[in-house]
Amino acid sequence: MSIKNNHLTAPEYELNFSDIHPPFETQDAALIEANRCLFCYDPPCMKSCPTSINVPKFIKQIATDNLKGSAHTIFSSNIMGAGCSKVCPVEKLCEGACVYNFMHETPIHIAKLQRYATEKAMDNKWQLFERKPSTGKRVAIVGAGPAGLSCAHTLSREGVDVTIYEKESKGGGLMTYGIAAYKVTPEFCEDEVNYITSIGGIDIKYNQELGKNITVEELQRNYDAVYMAFGVGLARQLEIPGEHLDGVIDAINFIYELRTNDYSSIAVGDKVAVIGMGMTAIDAATQAKRLGAKDVTLLYRRTQEEMPCTEHELNIAKLDGCNIIWLASPKEVLGVGGKVTQLVCNTMKLGEPDASGRRSPVATGETITLDVDMIIKAAGQMPFETLVNSNKIENSKGKIDVKDKSLTNLEGIFAGGDCVNGGREVVDAVQAGKDGAKSIMDFLSIN
Amino acid sequence: MADISTDFLGIKSPNPFWLASAPPTDKLINVVRAFEAGWGGVVWKTLGSQVKNVSSRYSSVNYGGKRMMGFNNIELISDRPLEINLKEILEVVKMFPDRAMIVSLMADNDRKSWHELIMKCEDAGAMGFELNFGCPHGMTERGMGAAVGQDPAIAKMVVEWVMEKATIPVITKLTPNVHSVVPTARGAVEGGTNALSLINTIQSVTGIDLDTLVPNPYVAGKSVFGGYCGPAVKPIALKMLTTVSQDPVASRVPISGIGGVSTWKDAAEFMLLGATSVQVCTAAMTHGFRIVEDLCEGLSNWMDEKGYEKTTDFIGKSVEKITHWEDLDINYHHIAKIDQDKCVHCGLCYIACEDTSHQSINIEKGNPHNNYTVKEEECVGCNLCKLVCPVEDCITMEEHRVAPEYINWKDWQAQGLPLNDH
Repeated sequence: MSIKNNHLTAPEYELNFSDIHPPFETQDAALIEANRCLFCYDPPCMKSCPTSINVPKFIKQIATDNLKGSAHTIFSSNIMGAGCSKVCPVEKLCEGACVYNFMHETPIHIAKLQRYATEKAMDNKWQLFERKPSTGKRVAIVGAGPAGLSCAHTLSREGVDVTIYEKESKGGGLMTYGIAAYKVTPEFCEDEVNYITSIGGIDIKYNQELGKNITVEELQRNYDAVYMAFGVGLARQLEIPGEHLDGVIDAINFIYELRTNDYSSIAVGDKVAVIGMGMTAIDAATQAKRLGAKDVTLLYRRTQEEMPCTEHELNIAKLDGCNIIWLASPKEVLGVGGKVTQLVCNTMKLGEPDASGRRSPVATGETITLDVDMIIKAAGQMPFETLVNSNKIENSKGKIDVKDKSLTNLEGIFAGGDCVNGGREVVDAVQAGKDGAKSIMDFLSIN
Repeated sequence: MADISTDFLGIKSPNPFWLASAPPTDKLINVVRAFEAGWGGVVWKTLGSQVKNVSSRYSSVNYGGKRMMGFNNIELISDRPLEINLKEILEVVKMFPDRAMIVSLMADNDRKSWHELIMKCEDAGAMGFELNFGCPHGMTERGMGAAVGQDPAIAKMVVEWVMEKATIPVITKLTPNVHSVVPTARGAVEGGTNALSLINTIQSVTGIDLDTLVPNPYVAGKSVFGGYCGPAVKPIALKMLTTVSQDPVASRVPISGIGGVSTWKDAAEFMLLGATSVQVCTAAMTHGFRIVEDLCEGLSNWMDEKGYEKTTDFIGKSVEKITHWEDLDINYHHIAKIDQDKCVHCGLCYIACEDTSHQSINIEKGNPHNNYTVKEEECVGCNLCKLVCPVEDCITMEEHRVAPEYINWKDWQAQGLPLNDH
């Protein structure tokens, strides 16, 4: 490897990876903020939350000293309400819709208040839901990520016995393995999984991979229904010469390594190029910088207008000192002795709108060349196309086709989350899990 | 610059802001600090037979994150020796001869005790007395304070005893713990009082500790009714003040207004309803004496804007604007209008009207923001939407008279005009 760890000091790592959104220090601070909330009717914040958390209600409950009620309000809609309070792009969801924006006032710090209530619940191990007596129905869930856990909790509440098969050794999915460490810590992710499963009736079997340790047929045979929530995994390839060179890695692997190992053991280059401008690209770029990379450059083939990440996220990268090059598309990776040394990019311009309605980038014929010793690919993740095809699950380029939100073409098999939508926010996956549970309960004639 | 100096029964003060008889006026150190801060006058905490106080003494009501919206105390009159109080009063008067110094008094309920107390206090240099007929806790159990103020005949009698001896102006302070303050106000005026002040505190229970189940304030596992004051009581005080200002007998004497005065606006309102001076306590106990600066500056600036040169130019100007319901103009009608440019789409007007009023607001669902408009034909002009709206002047009430001429309820009935059909 041409790159190695940069050996920051332990205090430097601690500072660089500390909580980017610190919580309220005191109850007084939370109350001041809670009392700012206007308690809107048909609230825009709630309508902008994919899980429809009744935001004004939970904030009012903080203000009235009914913290248990507040946490219950949040968790009733979103069992990962604690994690979402740390990772949701709230500026484009609830907080972006807050009516204070119309007054040119700071919107209510909804995520911070949500964190306040949910952390209290988790710290005190409040069991806010009572599992109904067992119905005797058994459901298998593949994947202990947000969609799987949300589905499991909803089903368990209704007395369904759930078994989750998880290929990793920890639950939480991308929350645990794919999100910047300054947003959620591995310890928090583990606590959250334990808090969710503490309701009982949920058995997680780790290191069990579909297609390897278990098969769809087995699950169909042994359970009354199956919920597929195995997410996406494979990094999208650039399909350009030199992609195989040492020092070219994908963002998911990079973040996975970072989340599962000591920071000082993570290899990072001096001059890092990050390809893509989604949330994962930002997470990879900022964390490369925080690991000690001298230069980090984000490259995107379109402009800021079309970028998938939020402006808030882009600002985090800018504040971390990352460079941004718009309208640059990787053309070729050059290397010496098998190790990456340069990245050649086509300079693009915007042409006609494509299917997504965004103007598509067109090469201008000009190129730029960057000296780099590490390239992180964050151009999106690919669904598990082979896996779904081999199990005859109807799909679109690997993304499982569902009708009525979660029904697959196979009787008794349901699906949701990233393996259906191709990769969205944690909060979307939680809602998918709720939808899946509802379909399964209808299928099992529960309620 | 408007002149905000005040002349109350010949007692001069540089501004109309006096500190009410209460803990802030209990001793020299506090009063000197108050005068240094700029207060126009003080009513020294009630003197009488020395008492003993308990611990704790105060409790409050917080609302919407705002502390001390209502305040409650169970403190009695001064618990310091009379001689020390009198010596300190004399000292302060010498230090600040331009400020109003009133001494609050409460004697045992007999003629001799009142005469003795007045004679002892006459030489302290004070410019006036205020008779405490209002303290609602503790002293009432001994036949004093509100026990006097609640019985017009007793109040009149005590005032007469006082007037037999007093050589300086006497203000009688009224209790609100009655169905109407007017009978006692009249009794006091008929008994010869030179002025009135109101209101004293309102009996209350401010709250209960939901862990111990003991109400506040806590004294060794028990509590008692306290006297309620602060911003929460202002509207009640203004109403009682108005009834005195409108009474032909009670209004013969000047009035010092009390009850939740926190800002210059509050003060202006008390004065518009007939108060010559205002007395403040809770606001000072919440923020300290420095609040007097804005009280003075705000009042002065408002007077300049309105063209009032001195306070007497506007004192009492709103008294005649409070009338009887029967005299209100039934042909007056106004309708809410929502300024769509200012609307922040919070929906508070809609849900208030829909759930609790007249279903007069349209909702046009949007994602995530709804639009709201007024159904003019349904709007009764109640103001609720305007009151709940978080944006100033987003909802305004536009005049749409039903007919040009004035007509009141009596005439409406006499003419046999129709009532609502739904």
